[in-house]
Amino acid sequence: MTTEAVASSAPPGGDHHHDSGHHGPEFLAHHFDTPVQQFDAAKLGMWLFLAQEVLFFSGLFVAYAVFRNWYPAAFSVGSHLLDWRMGALNTVVLLLSSFTAAMAVRSSQQGNQKQTSTYLIITIVCAFAFMVVKYFEYSHKIHVGILPGSLWNPTAEGLEEVKAAAATSYVGEGLPYHIRTFFGIYFVMTGLHGIHVLVGIGVFIWILKRNMRGEFTREHFTAVDISALYWHLVDLIWIYLFPLLYLID
Amino acid sequence: MAGEHTDLNYLNHERGIKSWLLTLDHKRIGIMYLVSVMIAFALGGVMALLVRTELAFKGETMMEADTYNQVFTLHGAIMVFLFIIPSVPAALGNFFLPIMLGAKDVAFPKLNLASYYIYVLGTIFTIVAILVGHVDTGWTFYTPYSARADSSVVWMTMGVFILGFSSILTGVNFVATVHKMRAPGLVWTRLPLFIWGIYATAVIQVLATPVLAITLFLLAMEKVLTIGIFDPQLGGDPVLFQHFFWFYSHPAVYIMILPGMAVVNELIATFSQRKIFGYMFVAMSSVALALLGFLVWGHHMFTSGMSEYATMVFSALTFLVAIPSGVKVFNWVATLYQGSISLASPMLYALGFIALFTIGGLTGLFLGTLSVDIHLHDTYFVVAHFHYVMVGGTVFGFLGGIHYWWPKMTGRMYNETTARWAFALVFTGFNVTFFSQFVMGSQGMPRRYYDYLDQFQPLHMTSSGGAYILGVGFLVMTVMFIQSLRSGAQAPANPWASAGYEWQTTSPPHPHNFAVDPEMTRGPYDYHLCTDEELFDGLRAPEEPAAEHAA
Ligand SMILES: [Cu+2]
Repeated sequence: MTTEAVASSAPPGGDHHHDSGHHGPEFLAHHFDTPVQQFDAAKLGMWLFLAQEVLFFSGLFVAYAVFRNWYPAAFSVGSHLLDWRMGALNTVVLLLSSFTAAMAVRSSQQGNQKQTSTYLIITIVCAFAFMVVKYFEYSHKIHVGILPGSLWNPTAEGLEEVKAAAATSYVGEGLPYHIRTFFGIYFVMTGLHGIHVLVGIGVFIWILKRNMRGEFTREHFTAVDISALYWHLVDLIWIYLFPLLYLID
Repeated sequence: MAGEHTDLNYLNHERGIKSWLLTLDHKRIGIMYLVSVMIAFALGGVMALLVRTELAFKGETMMEADTYNQVFTLHGAIMVFLFIIPSVPAALGNFFLPIMLGAKDVAFPKLNLASYYIYVLGTIFTIVAILVGHVDTGWTFYTPYSARADSSVVWMTMGVFILGFSSILTGVNFVATVHKMRAPGLVWTRLPLFIWGIYATAVIQVLATPVLAITLFLLAMEKVLTIGIFDPQLGGDPVLFQHFFWFYSHPAVYIMILPGMAVVNELIATFSQRKIFGYMFVAMSSVALALLGFLVWGHHMFTSGMSEYATMVFSALTFLVAIPSGVKVFNWVATLYQGSISLASPMLYALGFIALFTIGGLTGLFLGTLSVDIHLHDTYFVVAHFHYVMVGGTVFGFLGGIHYWWPKMTGRMYNETTARWAFALVFTGFNVTFFSQFVMGSQGMPRRYYDYLDQFQPLHMTSSGGAYILGVGFLVMTVMFIQSLRSGAQAPANPWASAGYEWQTTSPPHPHNFAVDPEMTRGPYDYHLCTDEELFDGLRAPEEPAAEHAA
């Protein structure tokens, strides 16, 4: 008659490791068996997080679809109030940053620490540039009172802009009431996207610091890889936002 | 150092408050969640008793209508967001998922601790909203009222928004853990059904919760920036809010019930000493429920002004949900057949679950039927249905799980006689409370009303009486568990003679779950493949399990 189940016949010693000796490199956390397992888990985790992000933004896209369908004229005029050149510039900037983020992963895989830093810095600079452009767009809209919902209160200059925008849109004349709904959606969508860009900047600065400390090697570049994944999603969302908001006929 | 302990376990290998608050051990995080959700449960329970006390008599009994509106809102919001959603997954799931996988921890231990603190932060926001504010929207926060009501609604929705991220991160962690951390030999077809249930839940948590998050974010923006998405005065659409809300909150019902079912699988197998009948069907029915759950949200809005074609589609899809639910109940009953059944307290909860969930599920079909729903919508029938599923289902599963795993988590046994008395009180109290609500609802008593017609007096009185019996039951249970912690007998490794993997380690478990890395050579319900040693319950000589109740 035994007194304990098999697995519970614990060696009473203070050794925290199970089968001491076989545990791998320093970066391998205690609960993983192999670096590959650790890498795969992190990558899967990031993909799941990205799925979550897509659904988070999906609500906004549904709201966009509903209201564009309800108020096509307002969306047309609202879109013409946005400067497509600014949007296009930001699109190019983000695409470039996505490319450099991917290159950062590549050079980190090759163990090229210096090159990784360079690419990361370019990525961060691009992200900043994006936010600067966004800042000019936002501050102008706020300045002329083109704001969402009951905050809608255009100045004389703002009204001129609205009239000009209406003239270039298919609406021609008149001032669709629901432009304010368009700007509600515009500010929320681009605002949330902007917050994601800011988070991305923070993440890449952190990654850059770690890279300069030499934490990443040919065998261990997980953090660079999954941060770039996140950044591609932020880029991808903008790829949808740009035409949907700036390029309505 | 832990060297001097001969019975090293996760409770004694480190000491002090810091070793708890900063722990990365999934077991300790599970315990912290358990304590937190129990506090929330007690708080929500007090709110429920206040609601039932007010409704015991016609007219004003103890609070004004305005206060009453706040109290039922708090009851709903606390119970749903602070208690039920994190209850089984975050508390029991955190503790047992890695153990049942034979892993040392979840895939991302730091993220796990972060989820806990995000939960705490969300709770603080919610509590602040309660204390300083005036939230009386109901837990559904329907617009346009919520967009115009007191600004503390923003605090409350931000609290729920934050809680949502705790839930999402837990889901991400669990899905990654199940995929990447299984012990050698633990193929998918050997996965304990508890894991299958928690896994399906985690998938919903990841995919549905962000939609709630964006909904609540938009609601907050509606109040702060008046963006005009939900408020009809600004050209918005209140029905859109309902679509968004229920796109999350119907799947959320599965976030709540699947884990309850997951626990019941383990209870039925252990206390019948038998392999679960139709293992793959039970596993796949969890996945089917998770997927179907995304397609039926419209059944909450049959009277909200959706198109008739849409209502027909949603009604038909809702009926489909009955299939996987039926599969589960059928398989549980089939497992009992010819099993060697022991009526220990956890099993009582499991059997209670089957009975009450069946009633709750079948009355769901009434509500999914278009014509019947027109009559029953927003009556006590809905309230009763919901509570039969959520309390009779999830809470019974949760309580069964706590009783079942108590010896493993704490290393102590509890007083079985008291536990059965508590069960009897809870089961009776629950049915008295909510069966009368089915009757009232079918007679047209509207939900959330402060006052009612004379004809409902006796039934309201009955329902309130039942609530007090329920309350006494929980009190008895609490005393029993506290007594167990103070003076309960030492628990053996496997007191229920279960074949489940988690019972093969010590009680309480080793800091790394198993002293020796396990390798699974059999399924978790393969009683016929177990050695006597594996099924030894520490109380009697190993023998053919329990003769008394054999069919
Ligand atoms: Cu539903």
